[in-house]
Amino acid sequence: MLKEGHALTVEKITMPQLGESVTEGTISTWLVKEGDHVKKYDPIAEVMTDKVNAEVPSSFTGTIKELVAEEGETISVGELMCYVEVENVKSHEDSSNETEKSQETKPAVEAIEETFDTKDQSMKMRYSPAVLRLAQENDIELSQVKGSGKSGRITRKDIEKIISSGDIPKSNLKETSSSDDGNTVQVSQQKSSYVQSTEGDIEIPVTGVRKAIAQNMTRSKAEIPHAWMMVEVDVTNLVKYRNSVKDKFKSEEGYNLTFFAFFVKAIAKALKEFPQVNSSWAGDKIIQRKDINISIAVAKGQELFVPVIKFADEKSVKGIAKDIATLAGKARNGKLHSDDMSGGTFTVNNTGSFGSVQSMGVINHPQAAILQVESIVKRPVIINEMFAARDMVNLCLSLDHRVLDGLICGKFLARVKELLENTSNENTPLY
Amino acid sequence: MPVMNYIQAVTQALKEEMTRDEKVFVLGEDVGVRGGVFRATDGLYEQFGEARVLDTPLAESAIAGVGIGAAMYGMRPVAEMQFVDFILPAVNQIISEAAKIRYRSNNDWSCPITIRAPYGGGVHGALYHSQSLESIFANQPGLKIVMPSTPYDVKGLLKAAIRDDDPVLFFEHKRAYRLIKGEVPTEDYTLPIGKADIKREGSDITVITYGLCVHFALQAAEKLEAEGISTHVLDLRTVYPLDEEAIIEAASKTGKVLLITEDNKEGSIIGQVSAIIAENCLFDLDAPIKRLAGPEVPSMPYAPTLEKEFMLNPDKVERAIRELAEF
Repeated sequence: MLKEGHALTVEKITMPQLGESVTEGTISTWLVKEGDHVKKYDPIAEVMTDKVNAEVPSSFTGTIKELVAEEGETISVGELMCYVEVENVKSHEDSSNETEKSQETKPAVEAIEETFDTKDQSMKMRYSPAVLRLAQENDIELSQVKGSGKSGRITRKDIEKIISSGDIPKSNLKETSSSDDGNTVQVSQQKSSYVQSTEGDIEIPVTGVRKAIAQNMTRSKAEIPHAWMMVEVDVTNLVKYRNSVKDKFKSEEGYNLTFFAFFVKAIAKALKEFPQVNSSWAGDKIIQRKDINISIAVAKGQELFVPVIKFADEKSVKGIAKDIATLAGKARNGKLHSDDMSGGTFTVNNTGSFGSVQSMGVINHPQAAILQVESIVKRPVIINEMFAARDMVNLCLSLDHRVLDGLICGKFLARVKELLENTSNENTPLY
Repeated sequence: MPVMNYIQAVTQALKEEMTRDEKVFVLGEDVGVRGGVFRATDGLYEQFGEARVLDTPLAESAIAGVGIGAAMYGMRPVAEMQFVDFILPAVNQIISEAAKIRYRSNNDWSCPITIRAPYGGGVHGALYHSQSLESIFANQPGLKIVMPSTPYDVKGLLKAAIRDDDPVLFFEHKRAYRLIKGEVPTEDYTLPIGKADIKREGSDITVITYGLCVHFALQAAEKLEAEGISTHVLDLRTVYPLDEEAIIEAASKTGKVLLITEDNKEGSIIGQVSAIIAENCLFDLDAPIKRLAGPEVPSMPYAPTLEKEFMLNPDKVERAIRELAEF
């Protein structure tokens, strides 16, 4: 803006360093006055320091615009002596552009850092010795403290502020130990000593899904008194029926018509008739679920997911087959949402797909039962005093004995068996 | 109270001590007629005469040796090394003789010598005129090393050094000579050797340093105050033996400590300061102890740009403090 109207720019001449330990100089005489034209290296002032008297040369060719320092004044090295108007526009433009640029970019960088800081919580659990000591001395639950330090770190100042405010977040371990909350079980489990690995063993860190599975299974087994039952079902008709339509189904619908879809359909129907099985233990009450949402176990590598077929009782065999295909596909591609996995009221586990003929499932907490569909195997069976080769399958039920007893579960399994054995072209429409 | 610069405080202390005690005398290269290359002994020759202001040959070992001998016979010599870089030929005299004579003679002899030497860079002194050599002497029990930062401390500590009954190395930052000004009382006073001094009270970050870097820290602290970062500045003043109590107190106060020296980092004074903090303050620390020092380069470069890179300055200190504050 200084060069407005004419192609001139104003430069500063500052006190030069006139000796090794010299930090300031006194202007004894100005050799130029305002308005004088000077050439580069022309002397403009006489300066006196502790060590020497010297002439200060002009650093530019131009016109003296303003003498800032007065004769007799002592100024530090680097401080302004005078302004010179110079006819060299380019260098000034360059430098001014640069400063503008750096000013423009600076806030952007700061903004990035700010958002980075607020999101990054990687240092939240890294406690300094001071923070740990203060937290212990004042019984402060650090997990409930918000850190103001780098990447969410809790600083000593944060703790000191909490202490002086008197509003101290206490540890709630005592409360949970008396409640029915399953967290305590996990805590004590985690604290028990574990096996040590020896040379050559491979240690695999427990993370993510594996950790969740471990916690859920531990909770289920620790909390729920499991009981087991098994029935044997003759699914010869079902197998025939399914095999007769599966190719056509695949070509028309684009996904497989599995045995499993028929099982889920039959179980959903039986659950509608036995709502006691479709329920949850809730401490002082048992909650019977209105919706019938079937959880199905889907394995993917080292991981196990339990997506849910919602409103299974309202769906046709085709609808269920479609849900199974969709959910399994999502699980394999890591696309399952928490929506896909929540709301289950009863679990059906396709253990038969691994060749299992009998198993004892761990109930999917907080449901009341889980049913394992085992392998369909051809076996000699006696029908009407004669041997026959039949397709047989075992259905294994694990039940929460707080909610259910053998009688009701036996009736439920008998009904499932009946439905499956009567599955055929005539009485089981696909659509 | 008159305002004087750092070197004037040196001259003032020498004048007062020479007036007070005739046993005090000055010796060194060009300290007499010339008044010292930095003018530290300006006017002493005229005032006290050639018998008490001795121009010596260019032989630092002799300057130290003559001083040590005179001191053992009851004199109070103030020997000047023109630059601390030139003290190396005198190291044998200082470490083997001056530092050990009291111990070796079972307390029969002592060596009340003061050896003054300008140190430090930032004045285009390059290789032989910029070094910080305090750490060479900083593990020699029997020696004391004083490195003041302000004119007030210069006068009080130089007088204390001259009156001390044992050898004291008195290192003056040559860039501070005319850069640092401050009020200095005209009356006689001494300051205790071995005591650090709080130069600024603060609650977020503790800076522990000495010499010219104290001023860098104070300037940075001033600037950061506006951003709400409160800096505590402890000036060691004596770098050997260290004031452990003051270091522990200052470090514990904030739990975030920045140590600064112009010397090369490894093996420097601040490494020892760091060890004291680590030994005593673990449960008050809120961040790793941070050191800001010169790079591991054999000498101060002559090229101004490189010298600037080597030297510490308020901006570098400010950056380091801010980093700690954000941790």
